Amino acid sequence: MTPVALPAGQPDPAAAQRPDGQHRMLAMIGLDAARGAGASYADVRVVSRRTQAISTRGERVTGLQDSESLGFGIRVLVNGAWGFAASRVLEIDELRRVARQAVAQAQANRQAQRRPVELAPVRAFPDNAWVSPIREDPFAVSLDEKVALLLDANVTALTVPGVRFAVSTMRFVCQQTTFASTEGSVITQTAYRSYPQMNVTAVSSDAGDFQSRASGEIAPMGLGFEYVRAANLRQRAIAWGEQAVEKLSAKPVEPDVYDVILHPSNLFLTIHESIGHATELDRALGYEANYAGTTFLAPPARVLNTFRYGPEIMNVQADRTQRGALATVGWDDEGVAADSWPIVKDGVFVDYQTTREQAGLISEYTGITRSHGCAFAQSWDAVPFQRMPNVSLLPGEEGYSLDDIIAATEKGIVIAGRGSYSIDQQRYNFQFGGQVFLEVRDGALVGMLRDVAYQGRTPEFWNSLDMLGGAESYELGGTFGDAKGQPSQANAVSHGCPPTRFRNVRVINTGRTV
Amino acid sequence: MADTILTADAARELAERILDRSGSAEAEVRLRSTDDGHTRFAANQITTTGDATDLTASLSVRVEGREASVEFNTFDDETYVAAGERARAMAELLPEDPELQELLEPQTYDETDAWFDGTLGLDPTARASAAQVVIDRAVRGGLVASGFLQRRVSAYGVANSVGLFAYHRATLASLTTTVRTTAGDGSGWAGETGNDWARMPATLDVAERAIEKAARSAGAEAIEPGAYTVVLEPTAVGNLVQLMRFAMDERAAEEGRSFFARRGGGTRMGERIAAPGIALVSDPTSPMLRTQPFTAEGQRLGRTEWISDGVVTTLSRSRAWADRVREAPVPVGNGLLLDAGGEGTVADLVPGVERGLLVTRFWYIRGVDPRSLLYTGLTRDGVFLIENGEVSRPVKNLRFNESVIRLLNSVEAAGAPARVVASESGGLGTAVAVPPLVVRDFQFTALSDAV
Repeated sequence: MTPVALPAGQPDPAAAQRPDGQHRMLAMIGLDAARGAGASYADVRVVSRRTQAISTRGERVTGLQDSESLGFGIRVLVNGAWGFAASRVLEIDELRRVARQAVAQAQANRQAQRRPVELAPVRAFPDNAWVSPIREDPFAVSLDEKVALLLDANVTALTVPGVRFAVSTMRFVCQQTTFASTEGSVITQTAYRSYPQMNVTAVSSDAGDFQSRASGEIAPMGLGFEYVRAANLRQRAIAWGEQAVEKLSAKPVEPDVYDVILHPSNLFLTIHESIGHATELDRALGYEANYAGTTFLAPPARVLNTFRYGPEIMNVQADRTQRGALATVGWDDEGVAADSWPIVKDGVFVDYQTTREQAGLISEYTGITRSHGCAFAQSWDAVPFQRMPNVSLLPGEEGYSLDDIIAATEKGIVIAGRGSYSIDQQRYNFQFGGQVFLEVRDGALVGMLRDVAYQGRTPEFWNSLDMLGGAESYELGGTFGDAKGQPSQANAVSHGCPPTRFRNVRVINTGRTV
Repeated sequence: MADTILTADAARELAERILDRSGSAEAEVRLRSTDDGHTRFAANQITTTGDATDLTASLSVRVEGREASVEFNTFDDETYVAAGERARAMAELLPEDPELQELLEPQTYDETDAWFDGTLGLDPTARASAAQVVIDRAVRGGLVASGFLQRRVSAYGVANSVGLFAYHRATLASLTTTVRTTAGDGSGWAGETGNDWARMPATLDVAERAIEKAARSAGAEAIEPGAYTVVLEPTAVGNLVQLMRFAMDERAAEEGRSFFARRGGGTRMGERIAAPGIALVSDPTSPMLRTQPFTAEGQRLGRTEWISDGVVTTLSRSRAWADRVREAPVPVGNGLLLDAGGEGTVADLVPGVERGLLVTRFWYIRGVDPRSLLYTGLTRDGVFLIENGEVSRPVKNLRFNESVIRLLNSVEAAGAPARVVASESGGLGTAVAVPPLVVRDFQFTALSDAV
């Protein structure tokens, strides 16, 4: 489980483009039209989103698509009610029409508005820009180089005896947003994301069993093609192939209680599900009750500064400034500057994720009147709402390595990679799998296990944490398509953590004969 | 709103122009025109709403057995020429694809009437009024309502350089609502979806179903996890059965990486995998489905019986795989109908159960083991104990680890199929029509404190 060494260095700050003149002009026309139609507040986002997806299987390229989507969305407040409308047609008359449409919609919504929306104060940023810290633009790298990299990795994996299939993909996103608001901000941001992936499958000789090994430790990142190079799929392909084959004959796990040692490539998703989503303020307020759910961390007055999430060594930080992380930005989608703040401090829950609409609702308990900058919309046609920032478990001060934790464990399982994952709608009961399961006996690794999943209840699980890896063992994981909202929107978010031990966790065997 | 959607004539004209300007002898263009509107409510008020129109084109160009695609949503000759050049340049850099199939020749399609004017009128004012109906009823009952009302008007067209043209337009609507007690100790859900908003059940009926569930589910008590007979409401059945849509693939089975692989080689074609009487069907013309009668590339979709009388009768077969095994291709469409030959509703099934659980719907369903089609997930928004043929009391939510195949094998009784909101997000996903089912020995493995 060698981590990807993140390429060092910062890009040239001049790479951040100033607000595009044409988009800025159109945004201003949209703001004027919204104000003229009666909006007390309006913001316009003009978005150009480019994506590229390459997929391969064995020696074939099974898919190659470049995509560009351009459009704008206008959000307005009229007497405390929201309206939002969007169109792909970037023409002056259309900006005006859509602004009026958004205002008319807000007026229609007033009949079902019991508490007018009040926005937390925000500083104006009249001419600002930000760009992801990439060193190599993935869209400028030649396609044949990308394809060769993937096919080479597949062919390498297929040299492992027993491996039958190897598939690999690359996905890239470049999203440029010009944001303007009636409060005086005009901000242009260019966010890049890169995600190389691979999956190797071994099939038993009698076709009665198959096992796969996915590239779980290769996280998606808010970086450029330099990250794809550093991930080096080809170099890892042999080990992934060997592990897929080894899984076929691995020992089925004995259901029992174990100490589980979660590698960052697995723990990141547990953090995402049981801390990231649980600390979203919109859930606590019931805004997501119809789909994503509510949270056990409610009401805010009862849990803020009192709820013990875990032991004193547990510290969790929300952060939209972390270099290379997926949810890192300069400003959020309502013009709030990127923030970094504690969510769990010395084991105690101290703050939620907030937007401008929400911040004032809990300021009485947090003492914080500004938004933490968690507004996000997936593209021009989507309504901004509260989404997860990067939420990370900070490393321990003792400086333990993964080996130190294994050496201190009598009966345990090391779990690495992202597997099956499921959690209830209030973020209590979860069940997570993984890619690789290694049995620990008396301080040493003794072999591979299969059919492993761990179950838990969030408060008890986190309070069973007793060993944290040190800063040297900290890694970033992440997810490209976190779904929330209706209609569902996909957010990309990273979670950092060290390898961590949890005591007495229930492990089940997921093997079945049907 | 209807005037923002591409008509068949406009789609044909636009597709031909893009193909012409692409400068490629072998090309295909797919057009998607959408006009979406939604209204969300929570905490007894409207929270967010949105309306958006879009038109996208995806141009695929082929160069000597290689293919690449470029998607765009800006429409002028300059864009078409540039897209053609870019796709061609991309394709030229690829290795030849031995599985690339010839462009489809023109086909004939079944008529599917999925366009209803009753859905066109679901504008922001109508949506706000519907939300208000749910909210008012919840407030009167001292409860807290949240929900989602969505309307999609869309058209899809595909054309290629050998003369194929296919066009389909549809309206769709869905309303889902979750009503909770103010103390947070009860939660009930109800939802409806269909092509014609005017013929969907009245908003007040949907609200009252969720409200009744919320009130009845308050004060749920824990029960021991384990194997239970369950009465699954149609939504719960749809949550699970839709997982079969892409599972029944012949290539994956032949290659040994699927439940449908037979030990020793070959597939489970012809084997009994479900209880007698169970049929799993895709049929674009079914009034309960009304789905697009062709695939994205324009391949005709007819009625397909995947499972008949509990036996696997068809596995899907891509064009490339069909070419390899010298059989006819079997495409997968966007609809699924499960019919177990039953009549009636949940209310007709409960009296036949001596002891069991009534499940409203499932949540966070994820695959655990593809070898057995084992999934995990949780119950949500209303689970009730059935004793002596009557719903007796609410119980806490439970996590299951269960195989969809074992479920289909363990069906004891069924009602009549109905269209359901099968997607957990409440959105307009796959069209799914399923009956309520009584299933024995459904495996629950843990309790959840979530309400």
